[in-house]
Amino acid sequence: MSGQPGTSVVAISGVSKVFETAGGRTTALEDINLSIAPGEFVSLIGPSGCGKSTLLRLIGDLTAPTSGTVTINGKPARRARLDREYGIVFQAPVLFDWRTVQANVALPLEVKGMGAAERDARVRAMLELVELKDFARHHPYQLSGGMQQRVSIARALSIEPSILLMDEPFGALDEMTRERLNTEVQRIWQQTETTVVFVTHSIPEAVFLSSKVVVMSPRPGRIVRVIDIDLPRPRTDDTRESTRYFSLITEVRETLRGRRAEGGDGAPVASAERTMAEGAVG
Amino acid sequence: MQSRSPIRAVVRGALLGLLFLAFIVAVWEGAKALGGDPWRFTDAAGNETVYTPPFKWSIVDDLSLPHVWKVWDALNAPVQRQQEQSLAAYLVGAAVYTGREAALGFLVGGLLGLALAALFVHSKLAERAFMPYIVASQTIPILALAPLICLAFGNGLVGIVIVASYLTFFPVTIAELRGLTSPDPRAVELMRSVAASRWTIFWKLRMPASLPYLFAALKIAATASIVGAIVGEGNPGGSQFGLGRAILNFNEQYITGPEKLWAAMIAAALLGLAFFVAVRLLELFTLRGRPNAALG
Repeated sequence: MSGQPGTSVVAISGVSKVFETAGGRTTALEDINLSIAPGEFVSLIGPSGCGKSTLLRLIGDLTAPTSGTVTINGKPARRARLDREYGIVFQAPVLFDWRTVQANVALPLEVKGMGAAERDARVRAMLELVELKDFARHHPYQLSGGMQQRVSIARALSIEPSILLMDEPFGALDEMTRERLNTEVQRIWQQTETTVVFVTHSIPEAVFLSSKVVVMSPRPGRIVRVIDIDLPRPRTDDTRESTRYFSLITEVRETLRGRRAEGGDGAPVASAERTMAEGAVG
Repeated sequence: MQSRSPIRAVVRGALLGLLFLAFIVAVWEGAKALGGDPWRFTDAAGNETVYTPPFKWSIVDDLSLPHVWKVWDALNAPVQRQQEQSLAAYLVGAAVYTGREAALGFLVGGLLGLALAALFVHSKLAERAFMPYIVASQTIPILALAPLICLAFGNGLVGIVIVASYLTFFPVTIAELRGLTSPDPRAVELMRSVAASRWTIFWKLRMPASLPYLFAALKIAATASIVGAIVGEGNPGGSQFGLGRAILNFNEQYITGPEKLWAAMIAAALLGLAFFVAVRLLELFTLRGRPNAALG
């Protein structure tokens, strides 16, 4: 891991994001302060429109903040991106259909200019990590949705990023596949010790995976509360049935509904509840 | 993994093509049997048999639509009275000549189209500035423009290649621009997240993603380049050789020998088909391994 021990991998301070659209100004994020320590697994959760994906994109320097600073390992986000400190996984696998599985995983390494021998070894290791080494020469369209997403995780990790950004990576998958991949992501995270920022709609997923859950409210997007998840590792199917797991899920849910907000002024929290109901329809 | 081999697809296409050719000949002669001029057959002893079709349609008489075997006979006969060269040999030579011009025009037009699309995908300003003129250029009839271009560049190759590329760059520009902008925006973000330069994004993402679009355009351009070369040859500033000149000459001789013009048209069609098949083979080879590559 790069970055000195004790310091944070991600430091977000006073960040706001305003989108100028034809319909006027929309404040997507307001006064966001967040610090993520090395090796943490942090989930951003909140209703649609709370700006959690925007926050992830700000961390990855895919969009710039209107005000405030985003610092990665002590340097500006742009510098971190140019230093290839990020791995990104989107909701869709976004694999290149003209490349085989192994060529897709090799893509970031090619961009980096890594030599062929080293690259091949790395790709093999990554495919072993996501348990897809038998499918190296397949094309993406020959794989299931869950397998495609594992390829995209292998691609993101191939470059050995100091931070892995995941934007609702399992949102398009069925519940059973999602639970299996959650267990797998936990294993990969523990094996690689990468810091993960994970955007999700799913409360059980956030609680199962995270060391911290960041609960957000919409319009404008704010952090309502950061909840520590103290479930023991490794978390297993038994964890999903434990009392502590259920009480943490309840805690996150009630925070989303605005019943447990600490130091929040009532208004934005109330609107969080309303939008959560709207979001459930979509 | 790939269920259909390109070679099998081509063989099947060729067989279907032959079947369709037989169908066309049947319709052609069938129409003449119903409404054409009387058919005259002479046997070895010199006796003549005459068959008179029941109807009389001028559209299928011997002047408008000569018998298929008349065209075949004409191919084996001398191209002109005092010449030894057969019409077939003459047309093969003309097709090679025209094919060379068309291939050059295809290449120049294709590269120009690619370059313009690559420029436009990186500069909205350039696209807005140039696109109206590019579209306008295609509304000018090539028949009006070809003599000007050919006269300006002197008789011969250069002018004709320009006329051919004039017809080919447009579909390539339009389709390739669409293809270069076809990647998922997240794919571009993915490339940016690993600090890929515009150049790298172009070669590793935009270009490969655009290939199915490019080949669709190249198939249009392949046949358009031959039309361009023929129009380029067959004008006052054009050429003494090639299918364009042949078509003009045989047009003038149509009353005395309609078969020759038909033979020239068939030669032009075969040349176009050959170009098309060449592009299709290149497509199958280039896009092998992609989903539905064989269907394109």
